[in-house]
Amino acid sequence: MGLIQEIDYGTPAVGSDQSVTLTIDGAPVTVPAGTSVMRAAMEAGIKVPKLCATDMLNSFGSCRLCLVEIEGRNGTPASCTTPVAPGMVVRTTTDRIRKLRRGVMELYISDHPLDCLTCSANGDCELQDAAGEVGLREVRYGYEGANHLDAPTDGSNPYFQFEASKCIVCSRCVRACEEVQGTFALTIEGRGFASKVAAGMDEPFLTSECVSCGACVQACPTATLIEKSVVEMGQPEHSVVTTCAYCGVGCNFKAEMRGDTVVRMVPWKDGKANHGHSCVKGRFAWGYATHPDRILKPMLREKITDPWREVSWEEAIGHVARQFKRLQAEHGKGAVGVITSSRCTNEETYLVQKLARAAFGNNNTDTCARVCHSPTGYGLKTTFGTSAGTQDFDSVEQADVVMVIGANPTDGHPVFASRLKKRLREGAKLIVIDPRRIDLVRTPHVEAAYHLPLRPGSNVAVLTAMAHVIVTEGLVDEAFVRARCEADAFADWAAFVAEPRNSPEAMEAISGVPAAAVRGAARLYATGGNAAIYYGLGVTEHSQGSTTVMAIANLAMATGNIGRPGVGVNPLRGQNNVQGSCDMGSFPHELPGYRHVADASVRAIYEAEWGVPLDPEPGLRIPNMLDAAVHGTFRGLYVQGEDIVQSDPDTQHVTAGLAAMECVVVHDLFLNETANYAHVFLPGATFLEKDGTFINAERRINLVRRVMAPRAGMADWEVTQAISNAMGFSMDYTHPSQIMDEIARTTPTFAGVSFARLAQESLQWPCNDAAPHGTPIMHEAGFVRGKGNFVITEYLATDEKPGPRFPLLLTTGRILSQYNVGAQTRRTANVVWHAEDLLEIHPHDAEQRGVRDGDWIRLASRAGETTLRARVTERVAPGVVYTTFHHPMTQANVVTTDFSDWATNCPEYKVTAVQVSPSNGPSAWQDRYQAQSAAARRIETVPAK
Amino acid sequence: MSPEKLAYMANQIGRFFATQTRADVVDGIADHLVKFWDPRMRATLLAHLDDPAITLDPPVRAAAQRLRAAPPA
Repeated sequence: MGLIQEIDYGTPAVGSDQSVTLTIDGAPVTVPAGTSVMRAAMEAGIKVPKLCATDMLNSFGSCRLCLVEIEGRNGTPASCTTPVAPGMVVRTTTDRIRKLRRGVMELYISDHPLDCLTCSANGDCELQDAAGEVGLREVRYGYEGANHLDAPTDGSNPYFQFEASKCIVCSRCVRACEEVQGTFALTIEGRGFASKVAAGMDEPFLTSECVSCGACVQACPTATLIEKSVVEMGQPEHSVVTTCAYCGVGCNFKAEMRGDTVVRMVPWKDGKANHGHSCVKGRFAWGYATHPDRILKPMLREKITDPWREVSWEEAIGHVARQFKRLQAEHGKGAVGVITSSRCTNEETYLVQKLARAAFGNNNTDTCARVCHSPTGYGLKTTFGTSAGTQDFDSVEQADVVMVIGANPTDGHPVFASRLKKRLREGAKLIVIDPRRIDLVRTPHVEAAYHLPLRPGSNVAVLTAMAHVIVTEGLVDEAFVRARCEADAFADWAAFVAEPRNSPEAMEAISGVPAAAVRGAARLYATGGNAAIYYGLGVTEHSQGSTTVMAIANLAMATGNIGRPGVGVNPLRGQNNVQGSCDMGSFPHELPGYRHVADASVRAIYEAEWGVPLDPEPGLRIPNMLDAAVHGTFRGLYVQGEDIVQSDPDTQHVTAGLAAMECVVVHDLFLNETANYAHVFLPGATFLEKDGTFINAERRINLVRRVMAPRAGMADWEVTQAISNAMGFSMDYTHPSQIMDEIARTTPTFAGVSFARLAQESLQWPCNDAAPHGTPIMHEAGFVRGKGNFVITEYLATDEKPGPRFPLLLTTGRILSQYNVGAQTRRTANVVWHAEDLLEIHPHDAEQRGVRDGDWIRLASRAGETTLRARVTERVAPGVVYTTFHHPMTQANVVTTDFSDWATNCPEYKVTAVQVSPSNGPSAWQDRYQAQSAAARRIETVPAK
Repeated sequence: MSPEKLAYMANQIGRFFATQTRADVVDGIADHLVKFWDPRMRATLLAHLDDPAITLDPPVRAAAQRLRAAPPA
């Protein structure tokens, strides 16, 4: 096991049907037309020395090191900027070229510190490599002239430093920020010898527009931009390819290690979702794995008011089994249940739902997707036949129109956002439907053609109005509809949307969006070429969440934007394994592969595999479990990797439900907020400590590889297995690959999946005999359900309405640097960017209430109140306020209500009627909660014997 | 579980199916309750059908009465 050295071809690959054959150093080489001479040489195994070129970036031609000779051409062209030509004869090494390259290197080195042995990039420096390649033996100019050796180092960023004295001004960092990340935070300031890299307006990296994605660090050929972890620990000695545990993009990284210590996470160029790019979370925010807050021993307590007592794994597991069996004996088999985690692996999730169905004998299993994408499951299954995004991420490169609805990709799914922005810079058109002016609406070199700033809760009104335009203006793709969709359903739907009451003009009073903008957006979506929809929780977390998903599917079918690259319906999944946790049968009504528990033929598969009869009735969903707990019929809960006290709505209802239970088992990395109400704490393992798979938003099954031993001694799947065995239902897996083998045996869409295959080939489900290499694009020849199903989407107003007491509408979301409840990211240096949740409020609303930027305010709803500080901004419309839910002491969900989606009970986080008023300090609830939280986290000190 | 809350949820379901022109509204509501509700939720709702404090829209009440008369096998 060594360090994975990825080949740098110098310039990006070119996609072309035409191929060109040339000769390089006497050898014939055939490459796609448009390929650079540098890349062609590298593909033939000939490395041309280079400094400003790297294959993540377009060629630049500034360093003059990659010069070559080409027969019949004058001079020595740069191989990075010279495209191949048929019959071209290239020589990469001649006396003339050698001399030129040495001369160039001498100039570079004359202004570069000669501290290689103590340099943090020693052993991983392209300048050092190039000096060796060109045979540099002297610097004739000496070192006494003007130089930049005293240039200061910027260490403001918590994760990397900018050591300006080592900069060779190759512009790779600037170009990476522009071309790869699309932020344009860096520039070359000054001219000639005074040229230097500058962040923002020549300010520290930390305060500039830099988003710390790490693209510049990765692109830097020297030690100028380098991870502080490398400076501190030295160069890594081996690497393991694994998958990020943040967000649903599913970036692949090389975990670069020294022993069992992570030195850095480097995005893997062969990663099919990220193609070598990353964001601040995946690239840098992994330090939580070794944070001192990690709990590494199982703990028990009789009552939640007691301090915790550390116990052995055996005692803890035995206690859980005894308690759950007792509760079932006393209150019925339905008295206990589980919550699986979208942060855990598929194998772990599969085992937890198996524990409920086979060991508990009920279907009381649910997952955090309940509170995010469960309406996607209902909506896409009803219209298309299965719950899945239709495209791969590469598809966006062929989109001509992109409609982003209720999602904020630059914060929530930043690596996909970078790919999207690249496509938009190439000319694709953008429609944004969101109450907030998210960054995508106007960002460097990107401007939305339409931003529809709708009133929260009016998604269905806007989308149905768009459908009205498409139908009444004759923009339906009739051939597609005729061939691919149910005719009667389409006819009914078309008649419905064509009604005048669904016109943009009629809906304007509901949505607040000017009719002309809705008409323009609809026309663009229907006629602009390949049109793709990407959506997030701003679609699903509403009382009409499922209806909105179906309205989206209707639009895609009506315009024929489904079943080929560049189009489709793409739910952007919030957490890393939301797709997988749903696929694995976490929902109480569905076995793995989205097959209803009432289907006897499906139950028979699992009854044969597991050897026990299965319950044909659906179980309780998370909100139902809490309701049932309050009413005494639900007494015990095993929660793996979730923090429902902080993440679920109407906190006081959640805590009342948990407090009413007799045995709450929290299996997590940290004593999270839910653990305050737990009787058993089982220490969890991070993604670095276990093997398994995650499935990202494009249905890609990514391998997660263990790089260090579980710090608490057991991986999460081993803990679930131990509970099951103690309960009397035998599980005897010795490796997660065996769990995947069972999934493949029992789930047709995974029939062709195994760890061995995943190590060879990236696969997107369905993967089976019909699609042996997986399915990048779904519904190409026909919908999973056969014919596409149009569903009537009548706008029905939510019952959560603003009024005199609560005149504003609160909507919630996340921010780039933090993730979900913040359990991981709050335990990293990411807190420098977001140390607290803030309430965004429009200047007009702020002025009316006497609130200034930075003031403490009281945020109150019918459900509860909290306090936090205000950020006065025009990003939100008048009448709308916004906050994040990353910090437990803000606890935004104290304010959100228990209104939910009609079909799935997905909470209506995005619409809460609130009032905002100045405040002097924490609310009574916050004071109480802080005291209770501190008391609940006490761990009993055992006197030394 | 609170019968009032269950009634509210059932009415939400009913209002969706009431807009669907191609399927029988009562069938749609009953099917949804069977497919997605834990039996104890259904039982609680059905047990309170005659409670005057429980307000159900007519098609929802019809669906619930049908389930009470002929529980799913």
